[in-house]
Amino acid sequence: MDFDYTPSEQAFRNEVREFLAENLPPPKERGRGFLAGWLSKVRAKGWVGFSWPKEYGGGEGSLTEQAILKEEMALHRAPPLGTSFMGLAWVGPGIMQYGTDEQKQRFIPDILDSKVNWCTGYSEPNHGSDLAAIETKAERIGDHYVVNGQKIWTTGAPWADWIILLTRTQFDVERKHDGITCLLVPMDAPGVEVRPIENMAGERNFAEVFFTDVQVPVENRLGEEGKGWQVTISALANERSSIGEVTQMFARLDSLKALVKATRRQGRPAADDPAVQRRIGEFEAKIAAMKYNGLRYLTKQLRGEPLSSETSVNKLHRASLEIEMADFAVELTGMAGVQLGGDDAADGGSWARSSLGWPGVVIGGGTPNIQRNIIAERILGLPKD
Amino acid sequence: MDFGFSEEQNLLREQVRRFMADELPSSTVRALARGEDAVRRGALWQQAAELGWLALIVPERFGGVGLKWIDLAVVLEECGRALCPLPVLSAAQAAAAIARCGNEDQRRAWLGRIASGDAVFGIGLYDEPNWIDPQGVRLAGGELLTGTKPFVQDGIPSTHLLLATRTGDALALAIVATAEVELTAQPAVDGTKPTAKAVLNAVRPLDTLPISVADLDFLTDCGAVGVTLEAIGAAEAVLELTSEYAKTRIQFDNPIGKYQGVKHRLADMFVDIESFKSLAYYAAWAVDDAVDELPRAASLAKAYASDAFARIGIDGVGLHGAIGYTAEYDAQLYLKRSKWVRSAFGDADFHYRRVAALG
Ligand SMILES: Cc1cc2nc3c(=O)[nH]c(=O)nc-3n(C[C@H](O)[C@H](O)[C@H](O)COP(=O)(O)OP(=O)(O)OC[C@H]3O[C@@H](n4cnc5c(N)ncnc54)[C@H](O)[C@@H]3O)c2cc1C
Repeated sequence: MDFDYTPSEQAFRNEVREFLAENLPPPKERGRGFLAGWLSKVRAKGWVGFSWPKEYGGGEGSLTEQAILKEEMALHRAPPLGTSFMGLAWVGPGIMQYGTDEQKQRFIPDILDSKVNWCTGYSEPNHGSDLAAIETKAERIGDHYVVNGQKIWTTGAPWADWIILLTRTQFDVERKHDGITCLLVPMDAPGVEVRPIENMAGERNFAEVFFTDVQVPVENRLGEEGKGWQVTISALANERSSIGEVTQMFARLDSLKALVKATRRQGRPAADDPAVQRRIGEFEAKIAAMKYNGLRYLTKQLRGEPLSSETSVNKLHRASLEIEMADFAVELTGMAGVQLGGDDAADGGSWARSSLGWPGVVIGGGTPNIQRNIIAERILGLPKD
Repeated sequence: MDFGFSEEQNLLREQVRRFMADELPSSTVRALARGEDAVRRGALWQQAAELGWLALIVPERFGGVGLKWIDLAVVLEECGRALCPLPVLSAAQAAAAIARCGNEDQRRAWLGRIASGDAVFGIGLYDEPNWIDPQGVRLAGGELLTGTKPFVQDGIPSTHLLLATRTGDALALAIVATAEVELTAQPAVDGTKPTAKAVLNAVRPLDTLPISVADLDFLTDCGAVGVTLEAIGAAEAVLELTSEYAKTRIQFDNPIGKYQGVKHRLADMFVDIESFKSLAYYAAWAVDDAVDELPRAASLAKAYASDAFARIGIDGVGLHGAIGYTAEYDAQLYLKRSKWVRSAFGDADFHYRRVAALG
């Protein structure tokens, strides 16, 4: 066991820091036009698609260096490396793993260059946790699939260019996981209709997406027909590890500590209150545990061992932290905590707003109960209910 | 001993519940919470007055019904179930304050107007967002009031404000006309429990009621008990909504309520609600019939409910999955209420510590 980085890894970290010192102004000084410049600079560094092959425009970096890069970026509150979060997090990796050469040439550069936005069409009105039971139908007719059905909760659908779509090509299967096919579909294809849904915080980021006789050329199929579940599983694993980023959590913890320092409760400094100290300590322990869990899992990956369901551990921590840190901040600041904005709101209302935002993390990538089932069934070998 | 409601109290509950079902469906609650439909709001307030809810705890000789907080409990619980945005609790607090701390003239001047719904009160006791203590009262008292009161409950819309003030060590409640105060609505998480910031510039109080620290504590306890009573109804409503959903939502070929991860959590919610309900009923009874017991009883009820309802609000949304997160679905309205309940009139830390200090 060795927690030190090699000299070349350390050098890489320094390179990232120098780059950030030069190219990343503090958040308030990032004016209009900053983002476009930023995206092209990190792209030129080869840091977008860091571990992807050079052949398709990636950086071919090591997983350790990728972790260093992500850590430094989050530490310095850098904007994302590209505008298509899902494209970078799982559509790209999925195409890299299962796509044809032609698909890689066609889709990967646009993801790296932030030219297209992707959304994810998995969940349906009747199938969320039980994703493998989806029933959006894709029927092969000649060199096209004809798609009919409905997706829901599709984040980013109102502005996405493409959707990675899970369909059913075979209904009379013994295992519901068979007969699923993954298609890549342009959102402007005739027969695709998007109806945004408002969430409880008043945003309209996700949507219902309807498919009526949508024609999808066979060359847009990702992976084999009927084998779409494998594609999804690997994508979901990517989602779990990408959502499980801990560096952002440390940054949030710093904000929370700053709030505690700035807050008086019952006329006394909140930071001196043992009850408050204990909560902050618990948050920090969980986040640090997430960090070292992540490093242990990374080591497994580096050794070529398959990464299975351990990532659900961090997913569960992340879910409870996402809820509890905001809730704690809201409670701590009393009547100022329940204001969404205005002069009298604690931290400008940011904690109140995040106390309404947790479902994206907690429900979005598979609910806590489902994560617990994964751990109990796949790792501990308990019977399914 | 008879820890149950009377026939009359049950009838009152039925009446309130029917009224809420007919007149305050969630579409109306949402519109009022957005500050829309002032005309309908006024009409509903008038109906609430005619049904006697605002007069319930006002003594008969001042035009009230002369009942107790345990009767009011029934009304508040049903208000909470519907997330009723009308300031019934603030009206009761104002009535309790004036009945207890006012002189005969002041009682005669105000209690009848509260009972009839004519005077609509917003309440501002503490100036700090999280300091429940006489020292948390800062607004300077006197013949003319100048300063701010940052979190006035139900200040908008209202006709009058009841504001705690201090002059040296002396505390008082000032009644001011809302029209003379500059009020700004605060964008609160829960629109059904609106607060406003009041800025006063040489405002002459219509009346001033000197109060003791015990009076201030009493009014805070009335608030804590009232909030908890409303939380009972709200928590029961979200438990019912979530249980019904768990019976019908199918995943993995079964209703999700079949899975213990869902079923047991719902059962735990029931345990918590039953428990803070009992604590709150006892506290509501103590307001009129065992006032020495009130501080402990109010604190136990509010502390338990603050944490338990916060968890219920979150899991009510979470157990629905994504649909619980939508604006259209009602589960989220209860989550928002639970955020406000947590801090209103003292959070769990404050109330548990108070219980400890009581020995
Ligand atoms: C903000 C947000 C963004 C999202 N973005 C996307 C997206 O971009 N693309 C996409 O395809 N989907 C997206 N989703 C959908 C998400 O993947 C689903 O919401 C999630 O998988 C849960 O499914 P469901 O909502 O249908 O809930 P259900 O599956 O109906 O679950 C309801 C409740 O039952 C519980 N439950 C279900 N089965 C069991 C069991 N066996 N044991 C114990 N408990 C169980 C769950 O834990 C949950 O609490 C998003 C969701 C949210 C909230």
